[in-house]
Amino acid sequence: MTYTFGLDTFGDRNDDADGKPLSHAQTIRNVMDEGVHAEQAGVDFFGIGEHHTEQFPMPAGDVVLAAIAARTERIRLGSAVTVLSSDDPVRVYQRYATLNAVSGGRAEVILGRGSSIESFPLFGYDLADYEELFEEKAALFAELVRGGPVTWSGKTRAPLDEQDVVPHIESGPLPVWIGVGGNPQSVIRAARLGFSLALAIIGGPPARFAAYSQLFRRALDRFGRPPLPVMVHSPGHVAATDEQAKAEFWPRWRDIITLIAPERGFAIPTEESFDRETGPAGALHVGSPETVAQKIAANLRVLGASRFDLKYGMPGLTHEQLMTNIELYGGKVIPRVRELLS
Amino acid sequence: MNEPRRLAVLGAGHVGPVIARLAVKAGYPVAIATSGDPEDIALITELMIPGAQPRWAGDAAADADIVVLAIPLHRFGDIDPGPLRGKLVVDAMNYWPASDGALTAFEDGGSSEIVARRLAGSTVVKALNHIGYHELEDRARPAGAPDRRAAGIAGDDPAAVAAIAGLADRIGYDPVRLAGLRGGRVLEPGGPVFGAVLPLAEFERAVREDARSFA
Repeated sequence: MTYTFGLDTFGDRNDDADGKPLSHAQTIRNVMDEGVHAEQAGVDFFGIGEHHTEQFPMPAGDVVLAAIAARTERIRLGSAVTVLSSDDPVRVYQRYATLNAVSGGRAEVILGRGSSIESFPLFGYDLADYEELFEEKAALFAELVRGGPVTWSGKTRAPLDEQDVVPHIESGPLPVWIGVGGNPQSVIRAARLGFSLALAIIGGPPARFAAYSQLFRRALDRFGRPPLPVMVHSPGHVAATDEQAKAEFWPRWRDIITLIAPERGFAIPTEESFDRETGPAGALHVGSPETVAQKIAANLRVLGASRFDLKYGMPGLTHEQLMTNIELYGGKVIPRVRELLS
Repeated sequence: MNEPRRLAVLGAGHVGPVIARLAVKAGYPVAIATSGDPEDIALITELMIPGAQPRWAGDAAADADIVVLAIPLHRFGDIDPGPLRGKLVVDAMNYWPASDGALTAFEDGGSSEIVARRLAGSTVVKALNHIGYHELEDRARPAGAPDRRAAGIAGDDPAAVAAIAGLADRIGYDPVRLAGLRGGRVLEPGGPVFGAVLPLAEFERAVREDARSFA
């Protein structure tokens, strides 16, 4: 199996070395440098997840990806995720088709809800309509990705009649993934539409998602589709030692989860729960390169996945800590995982 | 009265399959249904809930003793109360505006009390709503295990509450009976036990100290 390895960011706002938050603008410029550094470090993919908050000021990741594209040659670039339900599938397709042109065929899209919902009120959508919006828009997106004129009608946007949607893709269809957090019907939908599966594993034992990979493969088969890859997306942080990685990550993790816990129904993190999540049976990939590599290899194996994206960063980590994380991930973790899986 | 045994789980999203799987493991005959064709969830059932039967919602409910509502609350209006008449209904749904959006019909009062008013021919018990769907499976333990956790059970009919307390116990939790359906407000999002998955003593203390548990 050929394995690929990515880094994803939500544009987590940086602090400076004295613990003072950097501006949104500086955080965004830092993300550009991080993307360029990811290519230099040997990472295969760099993804930016859409968010609209003070702590994650990243609503237009495709603009940042285009800037990274102009400064890189090889690394693939995409969303992680695009909140399709509160966007227009035609515009999403156009933006990423444009990124594909700018980058010479390196664009990808991961569709989903993400772990945040602030785009719904912002753009005038009702969260209660989430399912219908996603189902309909994902189906239209599948039509757009197929290429050629599109005829479509539905409830969530204006109809299309033999519409030629530009720019045309020059090098095969855009790779599209659907991010799934734990709803098996979302797995079936990804297979039905012919999109690859991205398992977002942000808490608890990753092994319990093995059934989702199996479900995806069986569903592809049932829909008469060829096999498609499975990706794992999990948060983490790599530093020189386990102790250093945990010491840097823990207070940032605790603060952000405590902040969003009421909205997301998360328990408030404790040192005990952090130890569990950073241990072998948890979802946080935090530690030395060896610790993180062992964990990624074990999870790819048990989940039958061929791609791993580390969601790096947390609000309050410094740009320098993130650059070190990227350096270690590309330089040490990825080669070690390949070795472990060979 | 025979012990209620046959379960119908309505909903095959995040929560439904977990409850169905735990119930199958505990020895209950389980049917699972969505609003659509059972064929759509045949593969999910086969691979993720082996032992359960995918069925049409009306048929599953008609043949069940206990019907578990594990659908998004904003879809509750689509449920036909007819087949639920005379059934013991477990409301595992949540009114959670921060996560799912606001619903006018649920803005005032406990969500399960509003559910019970609409299902006037059924006996409604609020349960299994306050533990996250991943954790519901991970934290289940046999009776007597030192790290067993508690599950709140709220209802106005003592026999129904006893039956669901038995279900919670058999799927792996220490049941805690609350003061009527209204007392179940303590289990809702924003309450002291929502998402917390506490051991029995801590659960009872958290509930005792919360004003919502007093009618």
